[in-house]
Amino acid sequence: MSAIFPRRLLATVELGPSLDAHRRTHGPLTLPEGPSEVARGTLQRAMDAVGLTGRGGSHVQSSLKLAFAAQDRRPVVVVNATEGEPASGRAHALLLHAPHLVLDGAVVLASVLGARDIAIAVADDQDLQAHAVEVAIAERSERLRFSLERPPSRYVTGEESALVRFIDGGAALPTFRVERPSFGTIGRHRAIVHNLETMAQVGLLAAHGPRWFAEVGTGSERGTTLVTLSGAVRVPGVYEVPLGAPLGAALEMAGGLTAPVAAFQVGGYGGAWLGPNRVDVALDEPSLRSVGATLGAGSIVAVPATTCVLAEASLVVRWMAGESAGQCGPCVFGLPAVASDLELLAAGRARRTDVDRLKSRLEFIEGRGACRHPDGVVRFVRSLLSVVTAHVDAHLKGGRCAAGANAGCFPLPERVEVR
Amino acid sequence: MLRLVVDPVACDAFGFCAEVAPELIHLDEWGYPVIDGEVTRATKALAGQAVSMCPRRALSLRSST
Repeated sequence: MSAIFPRRLLATVELGPSLDAHRRTHGPLTLPEGPSEVARGTLQRAMDAVGLTGRGGSHVQSSLKLAFAAQDRRPVVVVNATEGEPASGRAHALLLHAPHLVLDGAVVLASVLGARDIAIAVADDQDLQAHAVEVAIAERSERLRFSLERPPSRYVTGEESALVRFIDGGAALPTFRVERPSFGTIGRHRAIVHNLETMAQVGLLAAHGPRWFAEVGTGSERGTTLVTLSGAVRVPGVYEVPLGAPLGAALEMAGGLTAPVAAFQVGGYGGAWLGPNRVDVALDEPSLRSVGATLGAGSIVAVPATTCVLAEASLVVRWMAGESAGQCGPCVFGLPAVASDLELLAAGRARRTDVDRLKSRLEFIEGRGACRHPDGVVRFVRSLLSVVTAHVDAHLKGGRCAAGANAGCFPLPERVEVR
Repeated sequence: MLRLVVDPVACDAFGFCAEVAPELIHLDEWGYPVIDGEVTRATKALAGQAVSMCPRRALSLRSST
């Protein structure tokens, strides 16, 4: 029996992305009433009541960002739709099927914050998504300045400080910040940045209220989320699941597995791994954290047992090393070293001492970059080594797998130059 | 309490800091500084020296929270 969950974010998927279809589905956009300070308080409480956190992977409490931005009289609302995670199709799904839900969320934030500017950032190689945003913006009648930003398509572009710096006219590179939480500025104003799914959730919250919102979900985390399933599943794609749904239910939605699985890679290339028997794990941040993983950008790759999982993973790590912004030594030198260690292991030429050196390198690199890019790679590799232990042992004893990396289950987009 | 903070973007691995204050800083295999724990009353002056020696002004002394 396949689990079918009601669609919320993707409720308009069969009606098309028009404003008309959006309003027919979600009703008119009712902006919180009263002075903006009161309205902001109402929204903050609603966010906390449903446990809304940053869906881009940070899982920062959304109400905190709101309170922080409110310290500026005219903050700039930024929709982060850059989708740096190659295995996630979330931006594609939301911008092509529900762009007005995303814009509603941004409009609501602008309304309670007294903001006049909304910037929507779409990577410069995603013309279809950018077009969908332009069409949607043209349909809006709010007296707000919407702008479409096109930062370079690189993994770290979506990092908040990099994105804000780009919109402010600089390079799309992460900024070193001692204090956290910190904020970037665009012109003279603070930026409030949310991933596009978080924006869409704010849109749902405003349209339907916290009680409806909380009808699905688990524990303190209510509502749904988008997951992107790929690899050894029958129907790869983006699916909407209630938070707390078991991994197995999401796999069923995708038609089930097509082959025995070596491991599941969850939460993006800065995410973690789950063993093949973990199909009962609940898809929400606290549950995933308890098994050393994270929901991240919601990607789930079922890596088939017919390929060499270490070889597949080493391709990802080498790619991630190349995606470094090139600013911090531990990332610039550490990630290629980690990639080489993993390649050695995948090739069956590593000894136990090489694995120990790899593990000590992970310790050294963690927490020493301006952004979390190196930390993501550390988590990815550390989790891999702890989940596929038998496979690691086999490589240490018997040499390389006959299989090699034959599944190609991790997309590795061509790089563009750093600007 | 005080702690040493490296700005990893500014740091260019000159390594002067670890030369001046090996009690507080060691270098990783690529020559970039790793901070070893908090600064105490006894090591405060040394930490200040390390900060002032950095040619990239990448090292700073901050109160830890």
